[in-house]
Amino acid sequence: MTTLHRAAGERFTLHLTLNGQRRSGEAEPRMLLCDFLRHELQAFGVHVGCEHGVCGACTVLLDGRAVRSCTQYAAQADGADIVTVEGLAEPGTLNEVQRAFAKHHALQCGFCTPGILCSVTHFLRDTPAPDEQQVRDMLSGHICRCTGYAPIVAAVLEAATAIRKGS
Amino acid sequence: MLEAIGNVSQRWVGSPVERKEDQALLTGQARFIDDLSPIPGIRFAAILRSPHPHARIGRIDLARARDLPGVRGIVTGKDVSDLIGPVPSVVKAPLAYYPIAIDRVRYVGEPVAVVIADTRYIAEDACDLIGVEYEVLPAASDLRSATARDAPVIHERVGSNIISRRSFSYGNPDAAFAVADRVFEFSYSYPRYASTPMETFGVIAQFERAPDRYTVWSNFQGPFVVQPLMASALRVPGHRLRLITPPSSGGSFGIKQAVFSYIVLLAAVSRKTGVPVKWIEDRAEHLTASSASSDRVGTVAAAFTKDGELTGLRFRNTANMGAHVRPPEPASLYRMHAASNGCYKVQNISIDNELVVTNCTPVGLNRGYGGPQFYFALERIMDIAARGLAMDPAELRRRNFISVDAFPYRAPAGAIFDAGDYDAALSELLRIADYDELKRRRDEVRRKGGLFGIGLAAGVEPSGSNMAYVSLAQTAQDRRRADRKSGANASAVVSVDPSGQVTLRLCSTPNGQGHATVAAQIVADALGLHPNDVDVVTEIDTLTSAWSIASGNYSNRFAAIVVDAIAKCAEQVAQKIKLLASDALDAAPEEIELREGYARVRGQSNKGLPFRKAAARAHWDPAGLPDDATPGIHEAAVVSPPVLGAPDDEDRIASAVTFGFVIDLVAVEIDRSTGAIRIDKYVSVHDVGTQLNPKIVEGQVHGGFAHGLGAALFEELVYDERGNFLSGTFADYLCPTAVEVPPVEIGHVETASPVNALGAKGMGDGSSMLTPAVIANAVADALGRDDISLPLNLRRVWALANGHDVRRRPVAAQVRAEGTAVGAGALTGSGEISLSAPVEEVWRRLLDPSELAAIIPGCRGLTQEGPDRYSAEVVIGVAGIRGALGFGSGSGFLSLRPEVGGRTHLQYCYEADIGGKVAAVGQRMLGSVTRYLIAQFFHSLERRLRPMGGSGWRSWWSKLRRYGRNGGEP
Repeated sequence: MTTLHRAAGERFTLHLTLNGQRRSGEAEPRMLLCDFLRHELQAFGVHVGCEHGVCGACTVLLDGRAVRSCTQYAAQADGADIVTVEGLAEPGTLNEVQRAFAKHHALQCGFCTPGILCSVTHFLRDTPAPDEQQVRDMLSGHICRCTGYAPIVAAVLEAATAIRKGS
Repeated sequence: MLEAIGNVSQRWVGSPVERKEDQALLTGQARFIDDLSPIPGIRFAAILRSPHPHARIGRIDLARARDLPGVRGIVTGKDVSDLIGPVPSVVKAPLAYYPIAIDRVRYVGEPVAVVIADTRYIAEDACDLIGVEYEVLPAASDLRSATARDAPVIHERVGSNIISRRSFSYGNPDAAFAVADRVFEFSYSYPRYASTPMETFGVIAQFERAPDRYTVWSNFQGPFVVQPLMASALRVPGHRLRLITPPSSGGSFGIKQAVFSYIVLLAAVSRKTGVPVKWIEDRAEHLTASSASSDRVGTVAAAFTKDGELTGLRFRNTANMGAHVRPPEPASLYRMHAASNGCYKVQNISIDNELVVTNCTPVGLNRGYGGPQFYFALERIMDIAARGLAMDPAELRRRNFISVDAFPYRAPAGAIFDAGDYDAALSELLRIADYDELKRRRDEVRRKGGLFGIGLAAGVEPSGSNMAYVSLAQTAQDRRRADRKSGANASAVVSVDPSGQVTLRLCSTPNGQGHATVAAQIVADALGLHPNDVDVVTEIDTLTSAWSIASGNYSNRFAAIVVDAIAKCAEQVAQKIKLLASDALDAAPEEIELREGYARVRGQSNKGLPFRKAAARAHWDPAGLPDDATPGIHEAAVVSPPVLGAPDDEDRIASAVTFGFVIDLVAVEIDRSTGAIRIDKYVSVHDVGTQLNPKIVEGQVHGGFAHGLGAALFEELVYDERGNFLSGTFADYLCPTAVEVPPVEIGHVETASPVNALGAKGMGDGSSMLTPAVIANAVADALGRDDISLPLNLRRVWALANGHDVRRRPVAAQVRAEGTAVGAGALTGSGEISLSAPVEEVWRRLLDPSELAAIIPGCRGLTQEGPDRYSAEVVIGVAGIRGALGFGSGSGFLSLRPEVGGRTHLQYCYEADIGGKVAAVGQRMLGSVTRYLIAQFFHSLERRLRPMGGSGWRSWWSKLRRYGRNGGEP
């Protein structure tokens, strides 16, 4: 990762795949991945809630894994395949998880939701038939101040069932 | 008004329709303030903030920061003092609140300078290069120290930190207490916390010439009564401060009201620097310096007859305003005032209120606004009294409830409760909770030596605030001198465009509550459409919207008042469509009904005109309209509930328009060995009147409960005794996550409100007001003691459960060195080392400033200030944090003893006091980092004393680790 050793102020071009499209943009070595995705690539669905890796709002899928984009540098994502909330479903549609969130009123202000949806995507791939405690453990990496979590838990459990039936 | 909309079909209102807002939010398409670039040329702001709780500002050196490439301008408080005047306040003490410090800082995080640069990164770099000379002053970090006889005075022009006192009396409380059979008293303290919306504050500000006008985009939530105050502070007429809110706002819970001070600040900065500026608050800034609920101490006394009739209440409240009284404070102390009887029929009440300034962040709106503090006093004393009277706490409450036939009920301090059936709600609560079974289980657990408690709490939920209630902070005499104030305007505008599409514009600035969905349900019912056919615009633009001073989102006003404006306005449109259709259908307008997208003659299903065709006539064929019809369709409604009059000379006021009811029960089991509280059962019964959308109602109940739970168990904005702020990250300020929030069983009792067209009451604060009290009641019941304070974290509950002293202040490390006086809150430690030189040589080196500069870790410069006193600039990274982010002071004690072989045995102990950002965000690491650095200091000394060719870095590391281990952790 030689880009990390360049001087502050110096910008370099990095290339990655964002929601299935090849994209490139300029970043300083110190630029955080969340800032790069938002302000260089206009992926405004990436939300920044705490900038210290606790709240989970900025979570994206990086090579299939849910990661906090506020505790990574953009340079670390050079060449990566990144999926943000904008890429979870075909444009104009909702996937099973998103539909379940709407049905169960699992979002209010919706600011934490993009990060939660990315975590849920990764989680349900690894844990297709979770129980409530597993869902709550997964969600404990996210802070939501609106919902009290109960509707999110219900939505994730229902989405898991829907995905299992669909596949 | 009920008659006017008697023919609204109730098809959509009351059903759990999915939200209009969700599709955009779920796909990342919703736009929040930081997503917007509404004008070209925006530059980015970072704010330099005070690391000190209290200091005079001396010279500010901007040279190095100005020279940084990419910096466009730097503005200090003095620079904008010609553009900003103090923000007006109802408190007449000469406090002069400015949104940036001018010559003195009064809390950690107070803005001192604003840097504008090409990127936020550069702006933050420049902040680190600004040198500010502070003359540090003693600080008062809490109510006790601020009201002490020798307290430092925070506002010299006021002369005291107690800035307002008011006493109120309703009925005859003295007589009630004099003849009471039993009197119970409880001293309470209530912590400072904040609901921390996930989206922080954001402001984009632009100043334009010809005409001179400020335009500001911000996620401000209202109340828009603050807009005239902002314009006044910026010294422009109201229309020259244009405020625009973004399409989406990521939560608020009251907190985002406080963004107004940054609107004023950034507007002035844009004018000064000549560029449009954008500032997005970061989380550390938010936790440190945005806003908080007011912490409060006081006493509550309750007079009872021997058979449990509550005959008198006496409150003494002291509220912490923080360093300034920022509007609409001191409203937190007055929001519940007119309902000080709670849900009880007690007639005799006295209230003594005291407002105090401290060296803490100013307080403001926070979910429940004044309710959690009030109910913590009132509902704790009810449980305490029940125990004292040997009555069941549920039955004691039932005995004192306002009865179902007493509504509308005029409370002693002036609130008019619209509707309720508290008795039925209590019965529903006990049924859901299976109260008798819970009591049986409590007995069983206790027989086995366990700790099990049951708590209850009940209260009214005032909604739709009278804009005049805050003037209770003034005497009736002062109020008479000022312009009369009353009411709470709400507005709505419905337009139908030439293609027949319906758009509703609101001034309720939602922050996630789903106003657009519910509003569309109401309009759809009135116009016979589907909610999806109604577009709802919730952005406010003060230049084009039908706003007024009560606009905004606070005190649950949407369901209490705004819905009435929507219903009224939609009905006006319905009447017009019927008139437009009457010609074509050859029927009188009164015979026409709007259903399923058609205007139809009632009873003749084959005779109809599509809604859009009827509407189009108003645009396309004005000459052919019926005589009574005006061209176009733009209908506005502005309402203010008539009940919300001005306060009277006896300090009574109808403070809110609807009074919902909430009653909660919790059963807890406490693990004596860890202090952990297990919520065995939580039941919450609400009366929100008509449920407009049950899905959204349930969501609000869950959310309000989670806020109350956080306040009860985890959340506290902590200051140490010197005023340093210690809760600057989400690792220090603990919000509940999915594993901490237990299930809630929710019940409803519906008594329709007569004050709006839909029978709805405001709701949303709900359990956030009662959960802290009900959990405290249950813990008190489990432990058999009443001295319960919040948050009930493991440390506190463990101490309570095991009879230990509960320290209010956390102390990072608690080893006290012998022979030293250690201030509470300081970092302390001790250690020892064997040095390779005789005592005389060690002593000489330690007294040599150049030697010290060489061995102090990260030392960039050392100056001797006096005998044994040095000041050093030190650069150290703590937990990934670097830069000029804090300050520290400390003292140490050394003992040197000769050892064999010309060596010296050195023992040391130290006390360090660290403040500023590094204390706020690195608190958990400071104890170990300090130990590490002190050990490093002595190691460096040893390395310089030791002859060349000593041991390598590996042994250095192992020694260091040993010093670290011995360094003072208990």
